Amino acid sequence: MKGETGKIWTLHLAVIAALFAAQFLLPQYHATNLARIMVLAVYAMGYNIAFGYTGLLSLGHALFFAAGMYAMGLPIWQLEWLPVPALILGLVAGGVMAGAVGLLALRTAGVSFMIVTLMFAQAGYLTLLYLNTWTGGDEGFVVERAYRMIGGVDLAADTPRYLAALGLFSAGMLGCLWLVRSPFGRVMVAMRENEERSRMLGFNPFRVKLIALVISGLYAGVAGAAYGLLFGYVGATFATIQYSILPMLYVLMGGAGTVLGPFLGALAMFYLIDIASGFTDAWLFVVGAALVALILFAPKGILGTLRERGLKWLP
Amino acid sequence: MAALMEARGLHRHFGGLRAVDGVDFRLEQGEIHALIGPNGAGKTTFVSLLSGRLPVQSGSITLAGEDITRLPAHARVKKGVAYTFQITSVYPRLSVFDNVALAAQSAGARDLAPAVAAALARVNLTGLDREMAGNLSYGHQRLLEVAMGLALQPRVLILDEPTQGLAAGEIEGFKALVRSLVPQTTVLLIEHNMDVVMDLATRITVLNFGQVLATGTPAEIRANPAVQEAYLGGHDD
Amino acid sequence: MSFGPFLLLALLEGTVMAAVLALTAVGLSLVFGVMRVVNVAHGEFFMLGAVGAWFITYYLPLPPGLAWLVALIIAPLVVGAIAALADVTILKRLKYDPEATIVATIGLLYILQQAALTFYGPDARPVEPPFSLRLQFPWFGYSGYKLFVVAAAGAILLAVWLFMTRTKAGLVMRATQVDMETARAFGINVDRVYAGTFALGAALAAAAAVLIVPIQQAHYLMGHDPLLLSFIVVIIGGLGSIRGTLIAALLIGLSDGVISMFFSPTLAKIIATLLVAMVLVFRPQGLFGARA
Repeated sequence: MKGETGKIWTLHLAVIAALFAAQFLLPQYHATNLARIMVLAVYAMGYNIAFGYTGLLSLGHALFFAAGMYAMGLPIWQLEWLPVPALILGLVAGGVMAGAVGLLALRTAGVSFMIVTLMFAQAGYLTLLYLNTWTGGDEGFVVERAYRMIGGVDLAADTPRYLAALGLFSAGMLGCLWLVRSPFGRVMVAMRENEERSRMLGFNPFRVKLIALVISGLYAGVAGAAYGLLFGYVGATFATIQYSILPMLYVLMGGAGTVLGPFLGALAMFYLIDIASGFTDAWLFVVGAALVALILFAPKGILGTLRERGLKWLP
Repeated sequence: MAALMEARGLHRHFGGLRAVDGVDFRLEQGEIHALIGPNGAGKTTFVSLLSGRLPVQSGSITLAGEDITRLPAHARVKKGVAYTFQITSVYPRLSVFDNVALAAQSAGARDLAPAVAAALARVNLTGLDREMAGNLSYGHQRLLEVAMGLALQPRVLILDEPTQGLAAGEIEGFKALVRSLVPQTTVLLIEHNMDVVMDLATRITVLNFGQVLATGTPAEIRANPAVQEAYLGGHDD
Repeated sequence: MSFGPFLLLALLEGTVMAAVLALTAVGLSLVFGVMRVVNVAHGEFFMLGAVGAWFITYYLPLPPGLAWLVALIIAPLVVGAIAALADVTILKRLKYDPEATIVATIGLLYILQQAALTFYGPDARPVEPPFSLRLQFPWFGYSGYKLFVVAAAGAILLAVWLFMTRTKAGLVMRATQVDMETARAFGINVDRVYAGTFALGAALAAAAAVLIVPIQQAHYLMGHDPLLLSFIVVIIGGLGSIRGTLIAALLIGLSDGVISMFFSPTLAKIIATLLVAMVLVFRPQGLFGARA
């Protein structure tokens, strides 16, 4: 057991170190991509906590992502808040929204849960459009560079942006690692594997799933807030169904229920689309075909398959 | 003597079927109480009411004098009523350690490793903690199920058909295990194997058509003509 | 225009909407009822029907009315064939696992959308109505074609009902819906029933689209709204219940027509989506379904 713990920490710290080094080695175009991927990976990690570990297949996470993004952006845009409190508000908004949705949606399960979360997210998206005088509607709004300074550091500049994304990513990944190796992480997995059995071990399924969903919402919220802040744009696109599908795709690709899977999936999917758009504009097809192929031939994803083929210790 | 667990006038109907039809029942502290009856007599429905897996339609259930009739199942487990499933229901894709650790942490164990090791030692599964539960033999999975029940440190342990599918040699070990649980833990046993019942039980309750036909010591039950007619007599099970 | 005629116009628009919606939603409901599959790509089958109708009427050297009639028959057949293919190559391999099929049909949605974008293009294109007849009310004129749409949708639904209740194939479908295992035990080829049901569901969506395309134009993203509205209708009507679906389609279609006329359509959609979520949470058997 001790040896494995060492291996696990070494692997994850090595990933962080490699990502730190990458900014010096990669051309700027790829470094910026990587910053994007790291923030999206935080979103996908949150999705993975609900779907991969607890078995909650949601189609409405864009609501939590957008809640975080708008809770960060609107106070800056309308009330001239500073970025740090705005970012914290984004984090909280994701969690609160997930809690509110969970209180209702977790009364259902399976297919009903998917549709209920989808409907809530759709209502959220439409609300953003409906309140367009406040939210900027379809067009969204730009977060001005002047409002993206933290203590004199300009988050719009390449290096600080990369480091901020890496910092968030590292915190998210280590937090996730700690969570899934904690006793509560074990209970989340137990819920996924067999809810009735877990109930008869004294765990309240509703409570466990609600907590997992709120944690998942916190990840989505802070990712949405960071995405808006680092890349300077807040828009209703991020609340559409596509942004609920993307983290699911990343997680399925990288491996549901693995700590590094969401990052790996985001990386692979991002570049798959990027490369495909080099010779075709059919990126929708790439997404669709990837979804179908994964669910048909590799439902465990990259790391899930590796774990099955020998790397049993992979968390 | 005060009852540890008591049920009064329990009813549970499914449409026209009266699965449990006005059952009064007392479980004394420290006994091994067997619940027997023909198939469809309502045994599993009855213990589902006790454990909270099914809601009670009318009647009441108390645990050490406290009314638990409306408590959900998971809250009853926390109060000390543990249920082991009739069909083996371990987590096949988790390790043996994780299976038992889930029970131990539910019971509030601070240090999981020794608690898990102790539970596994009692059912003689020491050393298997790294195995996937789904890779264990059927008999070992049943023992793991019992270990999970033990790790909950329950006041009442409900065992639903625990010897089903066990080999003859395994049954002897199982009987010794159950005897070692009392009197700290009170055992309620649903069992088809009459040898096991007569050997283990201090008292027996016979259910038939959702009602209590008789309650008493093994000797009294054996001598009861109504029981012989309804259940023991004629065919063997 | 005063309030009375205005309301009449709203009701007429609502009826057209309800008729097309009923056709689309019954297709979704059928697939869910028989196969327990939530088909997220249903809206794309609708879109394919409309796009197919454009291709047929554009390239077929026939008078517009006749070409459209050909489209009404050919487009649903083609779309049904595509759906059957998707069933056999994808859904069947997933053993119809509910959650996996949702993910797979999301993938299918993107693939079909991309196919339409690539081969048809990003523009919205009109299809000529088969006839132009204008009915003159005292207050306003109204398209006779729209009323024809209502009649045609009603006729198709009647045909579906007759098919389900009076033919052997319909009986086999209903038997499979009640109990797939028993149906298989009685020698019913369940695989073929499923492929046929999925094809029929898609064909109904396509037929609805061919009916509506002379009013609405064909566009590769047009499947989104029918999908959402069909979901709403099927859930409020009670999952898998055809009768509930019809009642809900009438209700939603009419109220959507009326509400959109007087309020913001976005607000109407917000209310409808929240209503659906609440129905699923608190009354999962639907508003018109009997309590299980």
